[in-house]
Amino acid sequence: MHIKASHLLCFLLLLPFLLTVGCHRSKADITVAGSTSVEPFAELLAEEYMHHRPRSHIYVQGGGSTAGIQAVRTGAAHIGMSSRHLISKEQDLYSVIIAQDAIAIIVNPNNPVRDLTLVQVREIYSGKIRNWKEVGGKERPIILVTREEGSGTREAFQKMVMGKEEIALEALVQDSNGAIRQVVTGDPYAIGYISLGIVNERVRALKISGVEPALENIQTGRYQLVRPFLFVMREEPSGEAKAFLDFVMSPEAQRLLSTEGLIPMISKSSGG
Amino acid sequence: MRVELKEKFIEKILLLIAFSSISILALIAFFIFGEGLPLIWKIGPKSFLLGQRWVPSQGSFGILPMIVGSFWVTFGALLLGIPLGLACSVFLSEWTPPWAGMILRSGIQVLAGIPSVIYGFWGLIVLVPLVRNFLGGPGLSILSGSLILSIMILPTIISISEDSIKALPPSYKAGALALGATHWETIWRVLIPAARSGIVASIILGMGRALGETMAMIMILGNAVKMPSSFLDSARTLTTNIGIEMGYAIGDHRQALFATGVVLFLIIMLLNSLALVLSRRRTA
Repeated sequence: MHIKASHLLCFLLLLPFLLTVGCHRSKADITVAGSTSVEPFAELLAEEYMHHRPRSHIYVQGGGSTAGIQAVRTGAAHIGMSSRHLISKEQDLYSVIIAQDAIAIIVNPNNPVRDLTLVQVREIYSGKIRNWKEVGGKERPIILVTREEGSGTREAFQKMVMGKEEIALEALVQDSNGAIRQVVTGDPYAIGYISLGIVNERVRALKISGVEPALENIQTGRYQLVRPFLFVMREEPSGEAKAFLDFVMSPEAQRLLSTEGLIPMISKSSGG
Repeated sequence: MRVELKEKFIEKILLLIAFSSISILALIAFFIFGEGLPLIWKIGPKSFLLGQRWVPSQGSFGILPMIVGSFWVTFGALLLGIPLGLACSVFLSEWTPPWAGMILRSGIQVLAGIPSVIYGFWGLIVLVPLVRNFLGGPGLSILSGSLILSIMILPTIISISEDSIKALPPSYKAGALALGATHWETIWRVLIPAARSGIVASIILGMGRALGETMAMIMILGNAVKMPSSFLDSARTLTTNIGIEMGYAIGDHRQALFATGVVLFLIIMLLNSLALVLSRRRTA
Protein backbone atom coordinates (compact mmCIF):
# COMPACT_ATOMS: atom_id res chain seq x y z
CA MET A 1 0.00 0.00 0.00
CA HIS A 2 2.70 2.44 0.96
CA ILE A 3 4.71 1.92 -2.15
CA LYS A 4 1.71 2.40 -4.37
CA ALA A 5 0.77 5.54 -2.53
CA SER A 6 4.19 7.02 -3.00
CA HIS A 7 4.19 6.15 -6.70
CA LEU A 8 0.88 7.84 -7.16
CA LEU A 9 2.16 10.78 -5.16
CA CYS A 10 5.29 11.16 -7.25
CA PHE A 11 3.19 11.12 -10.36
CA LEU A 12 0.81 13.72 -9.01
CA LEU A 13 3.68 15.92 -7.91
CA LEU A 14 5.35 15.68 -11.27
CA LEU A 15 2.19 16.18 -13.28
CA PRO A 16 2.22 19.99 -13.35
CA PHE A 17 5.83 20.01 -14.54
CA LEU A 18 5.10 17.51 -17.30
CA LEU A 19 2.18 19.62 -18.37
CA THR A 20 4.18 22.85 -18.36
CA VAL A 21 6.92 21.35 -20.42
CA GLY A 22 4.34 20.03 -22.85
CA CYS A 23 2.55 23.30 -23.31
CA HIS A 24 5.15 25.99 -23.24
CA ARG A 25 8.19 24.80 -25.07
CA SER A 26 7.37 25.32 -28.67
CA LYS A 27 10.30 26.27 -30.89
CA ALA A 28 9.69 29.99 -31.02
CA ASP A 29 9.54 30.32 -27.23
CA ILE A 30 12.35 31.85 -25.26
CA THR A 31 12.66 31.72 -21.50
CA VAL A 32 14.58 34.53 -19.86
CA ALA A 33 15.36 34.18 -16.16
CA GLY A 34 17.58 35.80 -13.58
CA SER A 35 18.28 39.11 -11.87
CA THR A 36 15.22 40.83 -10.47
CA SER A 37 16.94 44.14 -11.26
CA VAL A 38 17.02 43.33 -14.97
CA GLU A 39 13.61 41.63 -14.95
CA PRO A 40 11.35 44.71 -15.37
CA PHE A 41 13.44 45.93 -18.30
CA ALA A 42 13.55 42.51 -19.92
CA GLU A 43 9.78 42.33 -19.56
CA LEU A 44 9.45 45.64 -21.30
CA LEU A 45 11.74 44.51 -24.12
CA ALA A 46 9.91 41.21 -24.45
CA GLU A 47 6.59 43.01 -24.70
CA GLU A 48 7.92 45.30 -27.40
CA TYR A 49 9.49 42.39 -29.26
CA MET A 50 6.31 40.32 -29.16
CA HIS A 51 4.40 43.34 -30.40
CA HIS A 52 6.57 43.23 -33.53
CA ARG A 53 6.47 39.45 -33.80
CA PRO A 54 3.12 38.18 -32.58
CA ARG A 55 4.14 34.56 -33.16
CA SER A 56 6.99 34.47 -30.70
CA HIS A 57 6.73 34.23 -26.97
CA ILE A 58 9.31 35.47 -24.50
CA TYR A 59 8.81 34.36 -20.93
CA VAL A 60 10.57 36.52 -18.38
CA GLN A 61 11.00 35.43 -14.78
CA GLY A 62 13.07 36.53 -11.78
CA GLY A 63 15.08 34.40 -9.40
CA GLY A 64 18.32 36.35 -9.12
CA SER A 65 21.50 36.68 -11.14
CA THR A 66 23.14 33.52 -9.86
CA ALA A 67 20.01 31.42 -10.25
CA GLY A 68 19.55 32.77 -13.77
CA ILE A 69 23.09 31.84 -14.77
CA GLN A 70 22.56 28.43 -13.20
CA ALA A 71 19.32 28.04 -15.15
CA VAL A 72 21.17 28.74 -18.41
CA ARG A 73 23.73 26.12 -17.56
CA THR A 74 21.12 23.47 -16.83
CA GLY A 75 19.06 24.48 -19.86
CA ALA A 76 16.03 25.56 -17.81
CA ALA A 77 16.31 29.02 -19.38
CA HIS A 78 17.59 30.13 -22.79
CA ILE A 79 18.84 33.47 -21.61
CA GLY A 80 20.01 34.37 -18.13
CA MET A 81 19.84 37.91 -16.80
CA SER A 82 22.67 39.05 -14.58
CA SER A 83 23.25 42.35 -12.82
CA ARG A 84 26.91 41.58 -12.17
CA HIS A 85 29.92 40.47 -14.21
CA LEU A 86 30.45 36.75 -14.57
CA ILE A 87 32.74 35.27 -11.94
CA SER A 88 35.70 33.15 -12.99
CA LYS A 89 33.91 29.81 -12.94
CA GLU A 90 31.11 31.22 -15.10
CA GLN A 91 33.48 32.52 -17.79
CA ASP A 92 32.76 29.61 -20.15
CA LEU A 93 29.30 31.06 -20.84
CA TYR A 94 28.55 33.56 -23.58
CA SER A 95 27.53 36.98 -22.28
CA VAL A 96 26.52 40.33 -23.72
CA ILE A 97 26.22 43.61 -21.83
CA ILE A 98 22.80 44.90 -22.86
CA ALA A 99 22.90 48.11 -20.85
CA GLN A 100 24.38 49.64 -17.76
CA ASP A 101 22.57 50.59 -14.62
CA ALA A 102 23.49 53.12 -12.00
CA ILE A 103 22.83 52.52 -8.33
CA ALA A 104 21.30 55.53 -6.65
CA ILE A 105 21.62 56.26 -2.94
CA ILE A 106 18.14 57.40 -1.94
CA VAL A 107 16.64 59.30 0.97
CA ASN A 108 13.22 60.68 1.78
CA PRO A 109 12.47 64.00 -0.01
CA ASN A 110 11.92 65.62 3.40
CA ASN A 111 15.49 64.87 4.40
CA PRO A 112 17.57 68.05 3.99
CA VAL A 113 20.69 66.04 3.07
CA ARG A 114 21.33 66.27 -0.70
CA ASP A 115 24.91 65.24 -1.13
CA LEU A 116 27.24 62.68 0.45
CA THR A 117 30.73 61.52 -0.35
CA LEU A 118 31.34 57.87 -1.10
CA VAL A 119 33.28 57.63 2.17
CA GLN A 120 30.32 59.03 4.09
CA VAL A 121 27.98 56.49 2.49
CA ARG A 122 30.40 53.72 3.45
CA GLU A 123 30.65 54.96 7.04
CA ILE A 124 26.88 55.30 7.29
CA TYR A 125 26.37 51.74 6.07
CA SER A 126 29.12 50.28 8.21
CA GLY A 127 27.54 51.91 11.27
CA LYS A 128 30.32 54.42 12.00
CA ILE A 129 28.08 57.40 11.25
CA ARG A 130 24.80 56.85 13.06
CA ASN A 131 23.16 60.27 13.12
CA TRP A 132 22.08 62.51 10.25
CA LYS A 133 23.56 65.46 12.18
CA GLU A 134 27.06 64.19 11.38
CA VAL A 135 26.48 64.62 7.65
CA GLY A 136 24.59 67.93 7.80
CA GLY A 137 21.09 66.68 8.49
CA LYS A 138 18.71 66.75 11.44
CA GLU A 139 19.54 65.33 14.85
CA ARG A 140 17.96 61.94 14.16
CA PRO A 141 19.32 58.40 14.00
CA ILE A 142 19.92 57.06 10.50
CA ILE A 143 17.73 54.12 9.50
CA LEU A 144 19.74 51.89 7.16
CA VAL A 145 17.93 49.87 4.54
CA THR A 146 19.76 47.22 2.54
CA ARG A 147 19.03 44.29 0.22
CA GLU A 148 19.16 40.67 1.31
CA GLU A 149 22.22 38.46 1.06
CA GLY A 150 22.69 37.10 -2.45
CA SER A 151 21.04 40.03 -4.23
CA GLY A 152 23.01 41.33 -7.23
CA THR A 153 22.31 44.92 -6.23
CA ARG A 154 23.70 44.25 -2.77
CA GLU A 155 26.79 42.59 -4.24
CA ALA A 156 27.34 45.57 -6.52
CA PHE A 157 26.86 48.00 -3.61
CA GLN A 158 29.20 45.96 -1.43
CA LYS A 159 31.88 46.00 -4.11
CA MET A 160 31.57 49.59 -5.29
CA VAL A 161 30.80 51.36 -2.01
CA MET A 162 31.68 49.21 0.95
CA GLY A 163 34.84 47.51 -0.29
CA LYS A 164 36.14 45.47 2.62
CA GLU A 165 33.78 47.08 5.15
CA GLU A 166 30.72 45.15 6.23
CA ILE A 167 27.15 46.43 6.08
CA ALA A 168 25.99 46.90 9.69
CA LEU A 169 23.86 44.06 11.00
CA GLU A 170 21.17 46.40 12.32
CA ALA A 171 20.32 47.47 8.76
CA LEU A 172 16.75 46.73 7.76
CA VAL A 173 16.63 44.14 4.99
CA GLN A 174 14.13 44.31 2.14
CA ASP A 175 13.95 41.88 -0.73
CA SER A 176 13.39 44.14 -3.73
CA ASN A 177 14.18 47.60 -5.12
CA GLY A 178 10.51 48.45 -4.74
CA ALA A 179 10.37 47.42 -1.09
CA ILE A 180 13.39 49.59 -0.27
CA ARG A 181 11.79 52.52 -2.07
CA GLN A 182 8.60 51.91 -0.06
CA VAL A 183 10.46 52.05 3.26
CA VAL A 184 12.37 55.20 2.28
CA THR A 185 9.15 56.80 1.03
CA GLY A 186 7.58 56.24 4.43
CA ASP A 187 10.49 57.03 6.71
CA PRO A 188 11.99 60.55 6.63
CA TYR A 189 15.22 59.31 8.23
CA ALA A 190 15.89 56.20 6.14
CA ILE A 191 18.59 55.71 3.55
CA GLY A 192 18.62 53.02 0.88
CA TYR A 193 20.14 52.07 -2.46
CA ILE A 194 18.23 51.04 -5.57
CA SER A 195 18.54 50.95 -9.36
CA LEU A 196 18.46 54.46 -10.79
CA GLY A 197 15.67 53.32 -13.13
CA ILE A 198 13.42 52.61 -10.13
CA VAL A 199 13.87 56.06 -8.55
CA ASN A 200 10.67 58.11 -8.65
CA GLU A 201 9.48 61.45 -7.29
CA ARG A 202 8.69 59.98 -3.84
CA VAL A 203 12.36 59.48 -3.01
CA ARG A 204 15.44 61.60 -3.66
CA ALA A 205 18.59 60.25 -5.30
CA LEU A 206 21.60 61.79 -3.55
CA LYS A 207 24.53 63.40 -5.32
CA ILE A 208 27.80 61.63 -4.66
CA SER A 209 30.53 64.23 -4.00
CA GLY A 210 28.45 66.76 -5.91
CA VAL A 211 27.84 64.53 -8.92
CA GLU A 212 24.19 63.99 -9.82
CA PRO A 213 23.28 60.42 -10.87
CA ALA A 214 22.25 61.61 -14.35
CA LEU A 215 22.81 60.08 -17.77
CA GLU A 216 25.57 62.45 -18.93
CA ASN A 217 27.50 62.07 -15.67
CA ILE A 218 27.29 58.30 -15.94
CA GLN A 219 28.40 58.26 -19.57
CA THR A 220 31.33 60.54 -18.88
CA GLY A 221 32.24 58.30 -15.96
CA ARG A 222 31.87 61.01 -13.32
CA TYR A 223 29.12 59.10 -11.48
CA GLN A 224 30.80 55.85 -10.64
CA LEU A 225 28.19 53.62 -9.01
CA VAL A 226 27.49 51.79 -12.26
CA ARG A 227 27.07 48.09 -12.94
CA PRO A 228 26.44 46.08 -16.10
CA PHE A 229 23.24 44.30 -17.05
CA LEU A 230 24.13 41.08 -18.85
CA PHE A 231 22.33 38.56 -20.97
CA VAL A 232 24.01 35.19 -20.50
CA MET A 233 23.72 32.23 -22.84
CA ARG A 234 25.29 28.81 -23.04
CA GLU A 235 26.87 29.57 -26.41
CA GLU A 236 26.64 32.14 -29.13
CA PRO A 237 22.90 32.32 -29.78
CA SER A 238 21.12 31.31 -32.94
CA GLY A 239 17.54 31.33 -34.15
CA GLU A 240 14.94 32.94 -31.93
CA ALA A 241 17.34 33.77 -29.11
CA LYS A 242 19.61 35.58 -31.57
CA ALA A 243 16.67 37.46 -33.03
CA PHE A 244 15.67 38.64 -29.56
CA LEU A 245 19.22 39.59 -28.65
CA ASP A 246 19.59 41.52 -31.93
CA PHE A 247 16.39 43.34 -31.11
CA VAL A 248 17.63 44.18 -27.60
CA MET A 249 20.84 45.66 -29.03
CA SER A 250 18.98 47.60 -31.75
CA PRO A 251 18.89 51.41 -31.51
CA GLU A 252 15.13 51.29 -30.98
CA ALA A 253 15.31 48.95 -27.98
CA GLN A 254 18.31 50.77 -26.54
CA ARG A 255 16.38 54.04 -26.78
CA LEU A 256 13.56 52.38 -24.90
CA LEU A 257 15.97 51.29 -22.15
CA SER A 258 17.41 54.77 -21.84
CA THR A 259 13.96 56.32 -21.41
CA GLU A 260 13.50 53.84 -18.57
CA GLY A 261 16.60 55.16 -16.85
CA LEU A 262 19.27 52.73 -18.00
CA ILE A 263 22.47 53.69 -19.78
CA PRO A 264 22.30 52.38 -23.34
CA MET A 265 25.23 50.63 -25.03
CA ILE A 266 24.89 52.46 -28.36
CA SER A 267 27.09 55.48 -27.75
CA LYS A 268 29.87 53.28 -26.50
CA SER A 269 29.96 50.94 -29.49
CA SER A 270 29.59 53.73 -32.08
CA GLY A 271 32.18 55.84 -30.30
CA GLY A 272 34.82 53.19 -30.47
CA MET B 1 -21.36 -10.44 -1.64
CA ARG B 2 -20.77 -7.92 -4.37
CA VAL B 3 -21.81 -5.09 -2.12
CA GLU B 4 -19.29 -6.28 0.41
CA LEU B 5 -16.56 -6.29 -2.22
CA LYS B 6 -17.45 -2.78 -3.22
CA GLU B 7 -17.31 -1.67 0.41
CA LYS B 8 -13.89 -3.22 0.79
CA PHE B 9 -12.71 -1.51 -2.37
CA ILE B 10 -13.90 1.91 -1.22
CA GLU B 11 -12.29 1.34 2.14
CA LYS B 12 -8.93 0.57 0.53
CA ILE B 13 -9.14 3.57 -1.76
CA LEU B 14 -9.82 5.86 1.18
CA LEU B 15 -6.96 4.30 3.08
CA LEU B 16 -4.67 4.96 0.14
CA ILE B 17 -5.75 8.58 -0.07
CA ALA B 18 -5.38 9.06 3.66
CA PHE B 19 -1.87 7.66 3.62
CA SER B 20 -0.82 9.66 0.59
CA SER B 21 -1.61 12.88 2.43
CA ILE B 22 0.54 11.74 5.33
CA SER B 23 3.29 10.63 2.98
CA ILE B 24 3.55 14.22 1.75
CA LEU B 25 4.52 15.14 5.29
CA ALA B 26 7.11 12.39 5.26
CA LEU B 27 8.43 13.59 1.91
CA ILE B 28 8.71 17.17 3.13
CA ALA B 29 10.42 16.14 6.34
CA PHE B 30 12.76 13.84 4.46
CA PHE B 31 13.71 16.58 2.02
CA ILE B 32 14.16 19.36 4.57
CA PHE B 33 16.27 17.20 6.85
CA GLY B 34 18.24 15.77 3.93
CA GLU B 35 19.13 19.26 2.71
CA GLY B 36 19.56 20.93 6.08
CA LEU B 37 21.28 18.45 8.35
CA PRO B 38 24.57 18.20 6.40
CA LEU B 39 25.16 21.92 6.88
CA ILE B 40 24.31 21.81 10.60
CA TRP B 41 26.74 18.94 10.84
CA LYS B 42 29.39 20.78 8.83
CA ILE B 43 29.47 23.94 10.92
CA GLY B 44 28.49 22.26 14.17
CA PRO B 45 25.07 22.33 15.87
CA LYS B 46 26.35 24.64 18.58
CA SER B 47 27.71 27.35 16.30
CA PHE B 48 24.63 27.07 14.11
CA LEU B 49 22.10 27.38 16.92
CA LEU B 50 24.04 29.76 19.17
CA GLY B 51 26.02 31.73 16.58
CA GLN B 52 25.07 35.41 16.51
CA ARG B 53 26.43 36.27 13.07
CA TRP B 54 24.46 35.51 9.93
CA VAL B 55 26.58 36.59 6.97
CA PRO B 56 26.19 33.81 4.37
CA SER B 57 28.57 35.50 1.90
CA GLN B 58 31.35 35.06 4.45
CA GLY B 59 30.27 31.63 5.57
CA SER B 60 28.84 32.72 8.93
CA PHE B 61 25.63 30.87 9.66
CA GLY B 62 24.48 31.65 13.20
CA ILE B 63 20.71 31.67 13.65
CA LEU B 64 20.43 32.71 17.28
CA PRO B 65 19.16 36.20 16.32
CA MET B 66 16.38 34.54 14.33
CA ILE B 67 15.46 32.13 17.12
CA VAL B 68 15.36 35.01 19.58
CA GLY B 69 13.44 37.14 17.06
CA SER B 70 10.86 34.41 16.56
CA PHE B 71 10.30 34.09 20.29
CA TRP B 72 10.11 37.85 20.92
CA VAL B 73 7.50 38.31 18.23
CA THR B 74 5.52 35.26 19.34
CA PHE B 75 5.72 36.23 23.00
CA GLY B 76 4.50 39.74 22.16
CA ALA B 77 1.64 38.33 20.12
CA LEU B 78 0.59 36.02 22.98
CA LEU B 79 0.85 38.83 25.52
CA LEU B 80 -1.75 40.77 23.55
CA GLY B 81 -3.66 37.87 22.05
CA ILE B 82 -4.33 35.71 25.12
CA PRO B 83 -6.31 38.20 27.25
CA LEU B 84 -8.23 39.40 24.20
CA GLY B 85 -8.94 35.92 22.91
CA LEU B 86 -9.86 34.47 26.28
CA ALA B 87 -12.19 37.37 27.09
CA CYS B 88 -13.84 36.96 23.73
CA SER B 89 -14.31 33.21 24.13
CA VAL B 90 -15.77 33.59 27.66
CA PHE B 91 -18.15 36.25 26.42
CA LEU B 92 -19.14 34.08 23.47
CA SER B 93 -19.79 30.98 25.55
CA GLU B 94 -21.42 32.60 28.56
CA TRP B 95 -22.99 35.96 27.93
CA THR B 96 -23.64 36.52 24.30
CA PRO B 97 -27.18 37.14 23.16
CA PRO B 98 -27.77 35.14 19.96
CA TRP B 99 -27.62 38.14 17.61
CA ALA B 100 -24.30 39.34 19.02
CA GLY B 101 -22.93 35.82 18.88
CA MET B 102 -23.74 35.60 15.22
CA ILE B 103 -21.98 38.87 14.43
CA LEU B 104 -18.96 37.98 16.57
CA ARG B 105 -18.58 34.46 15.20
CA SER B 106 -18.84 35.48 11.58
CA GLY B 107 -16.45 38.32 12.29
CA ILE B 108 -13.93 35.87 13.71
CA GLN B 109 -14.37 33.64 10.70
CA VAL B 110 -13.60 36.55 8.42
CA LEU B 111 -10.56 37.34 10.55
CA ALA B 112 -9.34 33.78 10.06
CA GLY B 113 -9.96 33.98 6.33
CA ILE B 114 -8.05 37.19 5.57
CA PRO B 115 -4.84 36.31 3.69
CA SER B 116 -1.70 37.13 5.63
CA VAL B 117 -0.39 39.39 2.89
CA ILE B 118 -3.38 41.67 3.53
CA TYR B 119 -2.54 41.81 7.24
CA GLY B 120 1.04 42.58 6.28
CA PHE B 121 0.11 45.30 3.84
CA TRP B 122 -2.29 46.91 6.28
CA GLY B 123 0.33 46.75 8.98
CA LEU B 124 2.94 48.31 6.72
CA ILE B 125 0.73 51.17 5.59
CA VAL B 126 -1.19 51.91 8.82
CA LEU B 127 0.52 50.43 11.85
CA VAL B 128 4.20 50.93 11.01
CA PRO B 129 3.94 54.73 10.51
CA LEU B 130 1.96 54.99 13.78
CA VAL B 131 4.65 53.14 15.73
CA ARG B 132 7.39 55.16 14.04
CA ASN B 133 5.73 58.52 14.71
CA PHE B 134 4.63 57.90 18.29
CA LEU B 135 7.31 55.62 19.68
CA GLY B 136 10.32 56.22 17.43
CA GLY B 137 12.66 53.78 15.73
CA PRO B 138 12.10 52.52 12.21
CA GLY B 139 8.50 51.45 12.88
CA LEU B 140 9.30 48.15 11.17
CA SER B 141 9.64 46.47 14.53
CA ILE B 142 8.81 43.62 16.86
CA LEU B 143 6.01 45.71 18.35
CA SER B 144 4.29 46.18 14.97
CA GLY B 145 4.79 42.51 14.16
CA SER B 146 3.40 41.37 17.50
CA LEU B 147 0.35 43.60 17.14
CA ILE B 148 -0.48 42.14 13.73
CA LEU B 149 0.24 38.59 14.87
CA SER B 150 -1.95 38.96 17.95
CA ILE B 151 -4.88 39.69 15.63
CA MET B 152 -3.94 36.79 13.38
CA ILE B 153 -3.91 34.25 16.22
CA LEU B 154 -7.20 35.45 17.75
CA PRO B 155 -9.44 33.11 15.71
CA THR B 156 -7.43 30.06 16.81
CA ILE B 157 -7.49 31.01 20.49
CA ILE B 158 -11.12 32.11 20.52
CA SER B 159 -12.69 29.18 18.70
CA ILE B 160 -10.83 26.40 20.53
CA SER B 161 -11.22 28.03 23.95
CA GLU B 162 -14.90 28.63 23.36
CA ASP B 163 -15.38 25.01 22.35
CA SER B 164 -13.60 23.74 25.43
CA ILE B 165 -15.67 25.95 27.76
CA LYS B 166 -18.86 24.88 26.03
CA ALA B 167 -17.88 21.22 26.26
CA LEU B 168 -17.85 21.30 30.06
CA PRO B 169 -20.68 19.35 31.74
CA PRO B 170 -23.57 21.73 32.55
CA SER B 171 -23.50 20.43 36.13
CA TYR B 172 -20.28 22.39 36.84
CA LYS B 173 -21.99 25.67 36.20
CA ALA B 174 -25.25 24.64 37.85
CA GLY B 175 -23.39 23.43 40.91
CA ALA B 176 -21.36 26.60 41.28
CA LEU B 177 -24.41 28.80 40.89
CA ALA B 178 -26.37 26.65 43.36
CA LEU B 179 -23.62 27.17 45.92
CA GLY B 180 -24.28 30.89 45.66
CA ALA B 181 -21.41 31.92 43.40
CA THR B 182 -22.06 34.83 41.05
CA HIS B 183 -21.86 34.30 37.31
CA TRP B 184 -18.41 35.91 37.16
CA GLU B 185 -17.14 33.81 40.10
CA THR B 186 -18.44 30.72 38.36
CA ILE B 187 -16.54 31.61 35.20
CA TRP B 188 -13.32 32.64 36.90
CA ARG B 189 -13.15 29.98 39.62
CA VAL B 190 -14.90 27.02 38.02
CA LEU B 191 -15.30 27.13 34.24
CA ILE B 192 -11.91 28.52 33.18
CA PRO B 193 -9.93 26.24 35.51
CA ALA B 194 -11.99 23.25 34.34
CA ALA B 195 -11.42 24.11 30.68
CA ARG B 196 -7.79 24.91 31.34
CA SER B 197 -6.24 22.18 29.22
CA GLY B 198 -8.31 23.14 26.17
CA ILE B 199 -7.46 26.79 26.65
CA VAL B 200 -3.76 25.99 26.97
CA ALA B 201 -3.98 23.87 23.84
CA SER B 202 -5.59 26.79 21.98
CA ILE B 203 -2.77 29.06 23.11
CA ILE B 204 -0.14 26.59 21.97
CA LEU B 205 -1.79 26.24 18.58
CA GLY B 206 -1.94 30.03 18.34
CA MET B 207 1.73 30.08 19.20
CA GLY B 208 2.42 27.67 16.36
CA ARG B 209 0.50 29.92 14.01
CA ALA B 210 2.51 32.92 15.19
CA LEU B 211 5.84 31.12 14.81
CA GLY B 212 4.94 30.00 11.33
CA GLU B 213 3.68 33.28 9.92
CA THR B 214 5.93 34.51 7.13
CA MET B 215 4.52 36.92 4.57
CA ALA B 216 3.12 39.48 6.98
CA MET B 217 6.30 39.34 9.05
CA ILE B 218 8.58 39.92 6.04
CA MET B 219 6.60 43.07 5.35
CA ILE B 220 6.49 44.37 8.93
CA LEU B 221 9.54 43.25 10.89
CA GLY B 222 12.24 44.95 8.82
CA ASN B 223 14.27 41.71 8.74
CA ALA B 224 17.49 43.01 10.32
CA VAL B 225 19.78 40.17 11.41
CA LYS B 226 20.89 41.82 14.62
CA MET B 227 19.95 40.44 18.03
CA PRO B 228 16.92 42.54 19.05
CA SER B 229 17.23 44.47 22.30
CA SER B 230 13.86 46.23 22.50
CA PHE B 231 10.32 45.89 21.18
CA LEU B 232 11.02 48.83 18.88
CA ASP B 233 13.92 47.05 17.17
CA SER B 234 13.66 45.36 13.83
CA ALA B 235 14.02 41.58 13.93
CA ARG B 236 14.09 38.54 11.72
CA THR B 237 12.24 35.31 12.48
CA LEU B 238 13.14 31.79 11.37
CA THR B 239 10.42 31.83 8.74
CA THR B 240 11.25 35.22 7.30
CA ASN B 241 14.92 34.26 7.11
CA ILE B 242 13.93 31.55 4.66
CA GLY B 243 11.36 33.67 2.88
CA ILE B 244 13.54 36.68 2.27
CA GLU B 245 16.73 34.94 1.19
CA MET B 246 15.58 31.87 -0.71
CA GLY B 247 15.40 33.72 -4.03
CA TYR B 248 19.14 34.00 -4.44
CA ALA B 249 20.56 31.36 -2.15
CA ILE B 250 22.85 28.72 -3.60
CA GLY B 251 25.27 26.18 -2.14
CA ASP B 252 25.86 26.40 1.59
CA HIS B 253 23.59 29.42 1.85
CA ARG B 254 20.69 27.42 0.42
CA GLN B 255 21.41 24.51 2.74
CA ALA B 256 21.56 26.89 5.68
CA LEU B 257 18.04 28.03 4.85
CA PHE B 258 16.90 24.42 4.86
CA ALA B 259 18.69 23.99 8.17
CA THR B 260 16.69 26.98 9.44
CA GLY B 261 13.66 25.03 8.28
CA VAL B 262 14.81 22.00 10.29
CA VAL B 263 14.91 24.07 13.48
CA LEU B 264 11.50 25.55 12.72
CA PHE B 265 10.09 22.13 11.90
CA LEU B 266 11.29 20.71 15.22
CA ILE B 267 9.88 23.63 17.22
CA ILE B 268 6.50 23.38 15.51
CA MET B 269 6.40 19.59 15.95
CA LEU B 270 7.15 20.04 19.64
CA LEU B 271 4.38 22.61 20.06
CA ASN B 272 1.84 20.52 18.17
CA SER B 273 2.55 17.39 20.16
CA LEU B 274 2.31 19.42 23.35
CA ALA B 275 -1.09 20.71 22.25
CA LEU B 276 -2.14 17.16 21.36
CA VAL B 277 -1.09 15.77 24.74
CA LEU B 278 -2.91 18.56 26.56
CA SER B 279 -6.14 18.15 24.64
CA ARG B 280 -5.97 14.37 25.16
CA ARG B 281 -5.78 14.92 28.88
CA ARG B 282 -8.93 16.98 28.70
CA THR B 283 -11.00 14.22 27.12
CA ALA B 284 -9.54 11.52 29.33
